[in-house]
Amino acid sequence: MIRFGHIIIATAVVVNLCAVVSGRHGLPARENTAKIAAPQRFPPPEFESGYDLPPSPAAPHPRQSIYEYIDVAVLLAALILASYLVLKMRSRRAIFVLMVFSLVYFGFWRKGCVCPIGAIQNIVLSIFDRDYAVPITVSAFFLLPLIFTLFFGRVFCSAVCPLGAIQDLVLLRPVSVPDWLASGLRVFAYLYLGLAVLFAATGSAFLICRYDPFVSFFRLSGNLNILIIGACFLVVGLFIGRPYCRFFCPYGVILRQLSRLSRWRVTITPDECIGCRLCEDACPFGAIRKPADEWSATEYVRGKKTLALLILLLPVLILFCGWAGARFKNVTSRMHSTVRLAERIYLEEAGEVEGTTDASLAFRATGREVKDLYEEASGVRGQFAIGGWLLGGFMGLVIGVKLTAVSVWRQRTDYEADRAGCLACGRCFKHCPRERLRLSKKDKAIS
Amino acid sequence: MAENKNDISRRNLLRNGFFGTCLAGLGGLAGLLAGRLGKTRTLWQIDPNICIACGNCATRCVLEESAVKCTHDFEICGYCEICFGFFEPEPYDITEGAENQSCPTGAIKRKYIEDPYYEYTIDESLCIGCGKCVKGCMTFGNGALFLQVRHDRCLNCNECSIAAACPSGAFKRVPAERPYILKKVGHA
Repeated sequence: MIRFGHIIIATAVVVNLCAVVSGRHGLPARENTAKIAAPQRFPPPEFESGYDLPPSPAAPHPRQSIYEYIDVAVLLAALILASYLVLKMRSRRAIFVLMVFSLVYFGFWRKGCVCPIGAIQNIVLSIFDRDYAVPITVSAFFLLPLIFTLFFGRVFCSAVCPLGAIQDLVLLRPVSVPDWLASGLRVFAYLYLGLAVLFAATGSAFLICRYDPFVSFFRLSGNLNILIIGACFLVVGLFIGRPYCRFFCPYGVILRQLSRLSRWRVTITPDECIGCRLCEDACPFGAIRKPADEWSATEYVRGKKTLALLILLLPVLILFCGWAGARFKNVTSRMHSTVRLAERIYLEEAGEVEGTTDASLAFRATGREVKDLYEEASGVRGQFAIGGWLLGGFMGLVIGVKLTAVSVWRQRTDYEADRAGCLACGRCFKHCPRERLRLSKKDKAIS
Repeated sequence: MAENKNDISRRNLLRNGFFGTCLAGLGGLAGLLAGRLGKTRTLWQIDPNICIACGNCATRCVLEESAVKCTHDFEICGYCEICFGFFEPEPYDITEGAENQSCPTGAIKRKYIEDPYYEYTIDESLCIGCGKCVKGCMTFGNGALFLQVRHDRCLNCNECSIAAACPSGAFKRVPAERPYILKKVGHA
């Protein structure tokens, strides 16, 4: 069963990568005679019958901004309620109901936009682009879940995020993914975050929005490729709990780190752990840590040596990955429309391609100098070179820290929810006999 | 056991330190964002002076029926008898027959006003935002027809998928108070 799970993960990864790589390779060449800013060739009519012109073009109003404040209010209320349900009421059923509500409201009703995951990009863009001001509602969407995670753990993931909810609903036959594999796959999430930040900072694209796998379901329309990726995630999600959340979600990566420090968090048992092992298999996300003894002296020494080696290796890894990241600048910078256009114009000028694209025609119609465009594009490439160093260094750090996890050991006496990985879904409560005892006592007290 | 307790308290001290740092960091970020806050939210719109009417608007929108529709500015319109927004470039005949029309959905209505003027109105419920008429009017006429995002339909996606595919960079974020970009009236 586990091997089957691996194949599914591998397929999902390959499909996702293919989709990212294939992307949109510019537009098909097409005859185009349009000119920009067409002149107004004909004089206005002089009606002899005194005909009056109809009113100016219709301009329907946008959705009122009050609704966006309502969205923020709903988000805040859902986060407060989720924290209460997870930490105080400890009811999986109530969490489930709130989760379905969030899926309906933020997903199907509000069409999955704007979400905290995508808001990362708005925040990054507003930091790097002086002309872009981030709307207050988007800032609230970004910050509120972070603050709640810092205090109460990943309650946002458990019952508020519509992307998490749709995956949680389809999870029917959970298969456990071994820790080393899960940890390895999570590298994708860090890479995704890094790339999303890189593309947002350079003003190239909002990668997270472009490859949001479930938004097509929420809108019941959209790009076929994305629909297929989403369907793959849901099929994989039948067996592997929340594959997007665990292995790809860029916001989840930030929440993981904050959740490590959370003030309050999910406890499996309401009072004491009796070590019954009943909760061991309850968690479909591999977030329950077993009790562990202290390391023996020999293992301790070996661990210490490995740790020292890995810490020495860390700067080398960071530098190497940074260098490798900067090598990719010609590939990554193609995400930026200016670079894409400059490359196309270069090929056309050099006579290496026949015909034109809409973009190259539009550029030529502006009458701009080709040299200007090249200069601008090489400037953008320069940004991508710096970004590549930073992104590569970040990935090196991530991989290095992940490796050091091999050499550290934590002693545990009880079964505990992993601070970082626990999605606060509440499945583990149900299986704890101490919890059942607490509930039956509560029932008796009520009756 | 005593050693263990020390260990735990050291870990807690570190944890509290990081917690405080993160809280301060989030506060700092909030402050930074407060300084960068937009007074208003933004919406997507097409700058008709840059748009080349490539046709992506009809197909790239996440909505089944695109949020982009054609707008007709009557003040710019020349009320031409032979309108190349309405007619194919080489029509069989100057009549309202479907074979002569450039609009694939027949969304433009042609009405006789007086010799030699005809008025063209767009039935928005039929318009799919393909921009065929826009291109015709831009190439041969006054450019009175142009594409605009209809904000009663637009979902205002965080990244507009038409904008991502726009070859001329005509899509931009505009303040929500002035959500339409109309062409300037200025006859030759």
